[in-house]
Amino acid sequence: MISLKDKDIISILDFTKEEILYILEISARMERETCPDILNGKILANLFFEPSTRTRLSFEAAMKRMGGQVIGFDELGTTSTVKGESLRDSVKIIEGYCDIIVLRHFLEGASRLTADSVSIPVVNAGDGASQHPTQTFVDLYAIMKAKGDIENLSVGFLGDLKYGRTAHSLAYALSHFNADMCFISPPSLRMPKDYIEELEIRDVSFQEVDSISEVSEKLDILYCTRIQKERFAEPVEYEKVRGLYKLSKSIMDELEIKDDLKILHPLPRVEEMDESLDATEYAMYFQQAHSGIPVREALLALVLGVIK
Amino acid sequence: MKKLEVSAIEEGTVIDQIANKSTFKVANILNTQKLEQVVLIGFNLSSKKLGKKGIIKIGGRLLTQEEVNKISLIAPDATVNIIKDSEVVKKFTVDIPDSIEEFMKCFNPNCVSNNQKIISKFHVINKDPIRIRCHYCERHMGVDDIELV
Repeated sequence: MISLKDKDIISILDFTKEEILYILEISARMERETCPDILNGKILANLFFEPSTRTRLSFEAAMKRMGGQVIGFDELGTTSTVKGESLRDSVKIIEGYCDIIVLRHFLEGASRLTADSVSIPVVNAGDGASQHPTQTFVDLYAIMKAKGDIENLSVGFLGDLKYGRTAHSLAYALSHFNADMCFISPPSLRMPKDYIEELEIRDVSFQEVDSISEVSEKLDILYCTRIQKERFAEPVEYEKVRGLYKLSKSIMDELEIKDDLKILHPLPRVEEMDESLDATEYAMYFQQAHSGIPVREALLALVLGVIK
Repeated sequence: MKKLEVSAIEEGTVIDQIANKSTFKVANILNTQKLEQVVLIGFNLSSKKLGKKGIIKIGGRLLTQEEVNKISLIAPDATVNIIKDSEVVKKFTVDIPDSIEEFMKCFNPNCVSNNQKIISKFHVINKDPIRIRCHYCERHMGVDDIELV
């Protein structure tokens, strides 16, 4: 019997294959059914020390759809952090106001520190360039909806694999499902060695290439990511790589690809994915974004123990 | 009788089989510059196991467990010999602990452990070659990334 009651959602490394599949199963149930009252009386604290729109709003929407309430902030300047309060002190105080904490922070490991400091469940909504596990569950759910299964797929990761935390988490998660992974990026934005080592330990099949044309014909899923300007210490380094990858309908028409290839993107996009793709059969990213609600409903309901 | 390249001590501790490049890091861990006891340091010594090795002999002093743990991270092949009356009375290989707290620094400048007043924590995920994962940011470190504090 799988129980996720009181489990922190910090890193995809903390989840077994069975737990991942269970979360996807409950996500599908949440998409089919409405549960307007199951979180009545529960309060979620959205602590966003770094800007976010869709993640914050999707947690808020998920909580409110189930009858819960939301408090929180989305700007560092309005918090006691600017007065010099430590993160540990902040969250130890805030845990007295709520039943669950959702945290986004610019420091890597901030969610783990929070989880170690409080007794209520903590959800990592992205910490620095590290992990973003709830986005990974959204991505896996979108893949499952697109392909009917998440086993034995060939998945291409395109773009900023160095700083792209959603790519890091998704690669870890897919390592449970016998995926063949292709990491497509300029050499300066390769997957960090930590993740490569972890995949090697897990005996995962993967390759690193510069160009999508080297692997396009075998891909079932193409996971595209934005090159994140805000993660580069030097603007000149960003300028060197911006615009190196741009997908468009005409580029896809020139590539050898499977007819049922699906393109995912955690959004927002900037210039890496042209709007001409939106009307094609490949585009799955808007459905993917909408999956954020049932998946986050499932996660909240499971860790708050109202679904067992 | 084999001629010793580094003179013997009557009482104290001999740390042998130190990876050559780590010899002075081990000396720093033991704070040898501030010790009043006799300290003999040899490096570039030939070793069947390591090719080149270092050795440190400290008169009249035993190591603490924390010092042994620190040495294990940067010189995992090191052996510790306790000497009494010029005889080896105890010999053991340093053992890399499964987890590390406090005496190591995460090499990721954006890790929360480097930006908040907290005790650093690490998990040893592989001992040979040594790979260590930060408890907080999950970044991996190898022997060359280890910074002891």
